[in-house]
Amino acid sequence: MSILSRAALIHDASSRMTKYDFIRRVNWGKTAVVAVPALWLAVFFFIPFLVVFKISLSEAAIAVPPYSALLEWDLEEAYLTLKLNIGNYLYLLEDAFYLDAYLSSIRIAAVSTFYTLILAFPIAYMIARAEGGKRALLLALVILPFWTSFLLRVYAWMGFLKKNGIVNEFLMATGIIDQPLVMLQTDFAVYIGIVYTYLPFMVLPLYSALEKMDMTLLEAAEDLGCRPIQSFFLITLPLAVPGIIAGCLLVFIPAVGEFVIPALLGGSDTLMIGRVLWDEFFLNRDWPMASAVAIVMLIVLVLPIMLIRNGQGKEETV
Amino acid sequence: MKRRSIFLNVSAGFGFLFLYAPIIALIIYSFNKSKLVTVWGGWSLKWYAELMQNEQIINAALLSLKIAFISASLAVVLGTMAGFVLSRFGPFRGKMILSGWITAPLVMPEVITGLSLLLLFVAMEGMFGWPSGRGTGTIIIAHTTFCMAYVAVIVQARLSSMDETLEEAAMDLGAKPSSLFFLVTLPLIAPAIISGWLLSFTLSLDDLVIASFVSGPGNSTLPMVIFSKVRLGVTPEVNALATLMIAVVAIGVIAAMFQMRRQARLLAKPE
Amino acid sequence: MTSSQPIDLQNSTIASASQQPLWKQEGAEPFLRIENVTKKFDDFTAVDNISLDIYKNELFCLLGGSGSGKSTLLRMLAGFESPTSGRILIDGIDMAGIQPWNRPVNMMFQSYALFPHLSVADNVAFGLKREGVSRSEVKQRVAQMLDMVQLGHLGKRKPHQLSGGQRQRVALARALIKRPKLLLLDEPLGALDKKLREETQFELINIQEELGVTFVVVTHDQEEAMTLATRIGVMNHGVIVQTDEPHDVYEYPNSRFVAEFIGSVNLFEGKVIEDEPDRVRIESPEAGATLYVNHGISCAPEQIVHVAVRPEKIKISHNRPQQQDNCIQGEIEDIAYMGSLSVFRVRLPNGKEVRVTQPNFTRSMGDRFTWNDKVFLCWDEESSVVLTA
Repeated sequence: MSILSRAALIHDASSRMTKYDFIRRVNWGKTAVVAVPALWLAVFFFIPFLVVFKISLSEAAIAVPPYSALLEWDLEEAYLTLKLNIGNYLYLLEDAFYLDAYLSSIRIAAVSTFYTLILAFPIAYMIARAEGGKRALLLALVILPFWTSFLLRVYAWMGFLKKNGIVNEFLMATGIIDQPLVMLQTDFAVYIGIVYTYLPFMVLPLYSALEKMDMTLLEAAEDLGCRPIQSFFLITLPLAVPGIIAGCLLVFIPAVGEFVIPALLGGSDTLMIGRVLWDEFFLNRDWPMASAVAIVMLIVLVLPIMLIRNGQGKEETV
Repeated sequence: MKRRSIFLNVSAGFGFLFLYAPIIALIIYSFNKSKLVTVWGGWSLKWYAELMQNEQIINAALLSLKIAFISASLAVVLGTMAGFVLSRFGPFRGKMILSGWITAPLVMPEVITGLSLLLLFVAMEGMFGWPSGRGTGTIIIAHTTFCMAYVAVIVQARLSSMDETLEEAAMDLGAKPSSLFFLVTLPLIAPAIISGWLLSFTLSLDDLVIASFVSGPGNSTLPMVIFSKVRLGVTPEVNALATLMIAVVAIGVIAAMFQMRRQARLLAKPE
Repeated sequence: MTSSQPIDLQNSTIASASQQPLWKQEGAEPFLRIENVTKKFDDFTAVDNISLDIYKNELFCLLGGSGSGKSTLLRMLAGFESPTSGRILIDGIDMAGIQPWNRPVNMMFQSYALFPHLSVADNVAFGLKREGVSRSEVKQRVAQMLDMVQLGHLGKRKPHQLSGGQRQRVALARALIKRPKLLLLDEPLGALDKKLREETQFELINIQEELGVTFVVVTHDQEEAMTLATRIGVMNHGVIVQTDEPHDVYEYPNSRFVAEFIGSVNLFEGKVIEDEPDRVRIESPEAGATLYVNHGISCAPEQIVHVAVRPEKIKISHNRPQQQDNCIQGEIEDIAYMGSLSVFRVRLPNGKEVRVTQPNFTRSMGDRFTWNDKVFLCWDEESSVVLTA
């Protein structure tokens, strides 16, 4: 569960001078403890991005691996040529398809994040107001699905939303509709999938913000003439803002790059950038193009959000 | 005030229904004799029997369990080291970079992580001849990398909320740095390490996207098999498989809750 | 109040009041009337059939330990809880069914409950804005109110940038700005340190007198209650045990609970031997003497009662004093020097322990008595109280 409030956690870890400082004297020991995880991350997390960047500048080729080399040795002419192909990036700009995919990813992620917030707020509020034992139980109920396979939970919705699925059968049996609704393979299904999958990521930061709120603040507001609905908008909501921001980021960022949900629940016209990248790579086998898509996604979507969050973290610690 | 709590309960109840209805429906239909979702053909364990005979699924499940076990264990070692370094080593050069690398995998879209690792493996194979081809090993490396970030964050949070005077007391009583870590710090952060391991295990078992990028032919993990089956339509064996997995997780979580409650009671007792 | 008081207290209270306070006037109309109010939470009775009248301009203290029901009573006045049975009338209007936001009552919360996301000025303005008061008037009244609590210069600050005392005053300003008829204060000084508390007590009294608002204060701190209150209601187990002016609550407690809850007291169990017209004679094996009390409740001969004597009412001496009655002998077991006064623990031959406090009139005062001294403890007939409950 801790990972779900990870936004908060990441900021928590403040750097203080501590008792282990004296390990400096046993320098090799300390160096080893730092070096092992640092090297691992350098090799398997950081360098790969450089590789992706490099390959995004090469050309697709029918070869193994399927891209051209940037450096070419011509031994006879004693020529070392460096060929940087920015064609992939130009193509990203030229073909409206990619821009559409980025925009539509952002739109779908934003809409889903909003719905997630709407659905998560009452749950978080109720949990925050519940008594000890009941609160633990409700929290566990929110987190429990997270421990089961994500893929299978998305799959469960397929059975729900199909043309002859449970929702349609129910609505037709009760006479609310007489034609089955087309729900699967639409953006609507993608929203549901994202809301469903990321709900705990929204509930937990909201819960921790609401839980910290002093209930007497609401009584004070009522004492000063607020009706409950007013005190919600004047007190509860503003105080939940840090939780709302944390929750929205935790839902929005992964939702933008989501692949499985649009692949299983979305229609062929549901454009999401994660899916585009997947198709470039697995279907078109255009590794340089896939790399360019990834780099742009990184620069345009991921980096700014991480910077915003870092900035926030610093403000909070000040 | 009453009215507000009714509104609250109704909307929160709707949220929980939304969360559980598909899972419950899935469990019920795993016992459906009929292959059609909409037709109830009576109770049956038919799909469980078929699941047991489906070698592809069983092999994939075994492979996934193996990968999850190894990755979670590696991730716990590396992640604990990283979390410990970040919260207890004071400032050192490159600390900002390290903490950036720790938190970045948490927000990185899986498609990017998967693609970048694959390209790294390909490039390394070209340059050093290792890893030759892709398979279980590369999946383990990939999973370890993103799981260790989670472990590091959990351990770091635990350490920073922990009373440092405990460690000071141990040093005051003569514990050397190495024994200090193994005798005092490690037992204290054990709950964080255990939850980090469980989380890593679950994440690894659950991962489709990264594994799809970095696995080689003939190394299909369980999510990959499920994904390819599901894409073709609803398959009742998958219902049965999902039910089994949910049952295991539910039992585990309930057991953990009981254990925690017992511990809390034990802690509350003395006085 | 631990220092010894001049005698003849009973008369001085009445003499000092130029006019009879409302609660002593026959037929005066109470401002707040609590009628047979009971509050039950499931099986637990928090407030048990309380009836109480509070008059205009009073500063009434509900004093009691935790769980005595004082806070529940206060919350019922504010409207956060509704009575299980009974009625609450404010200015003659039954409050049943009137929601907190519609009551002519404001509350200062124990935690102050300042809105952390709003500035000091916005906190104070909060209540006025709900009333739809014009913006210029809000501004003017907020400035006025902040000046009154001496925070005029801090309006732009956020609550977390204030000290404890400043927060307390913001909370007070916020509760007062709507000019409530009745102000409820829940442990108003509880979160302040001792020195600040003493200063603030007088400020609170000044503000109350200036604005003419009726205050009901809940506190567990007897000193606070004694300093602030016009009257004190001592609560225990959901019941008001005694309602009186501070002086009377201290000098004439009506029960062992009140005597022991407010200040410290020595209690001697005894049997009434004779109820003479001007005094009672009580045989007390616990004191090892016959005790005389010259006032108080009439009691029947043979009745088992307690005689209560405050530590500061006891005179301690080495030599047998001239006084014959109400004198007992013992041995000093422990001495605590507290600066302004010294506390002695004296052991009687029968093992009973008696507390005596003695103001240190002179510097060498503390040296006059030492451990294991045999001493005489005496008090006047009218310094002790007979308690039957």
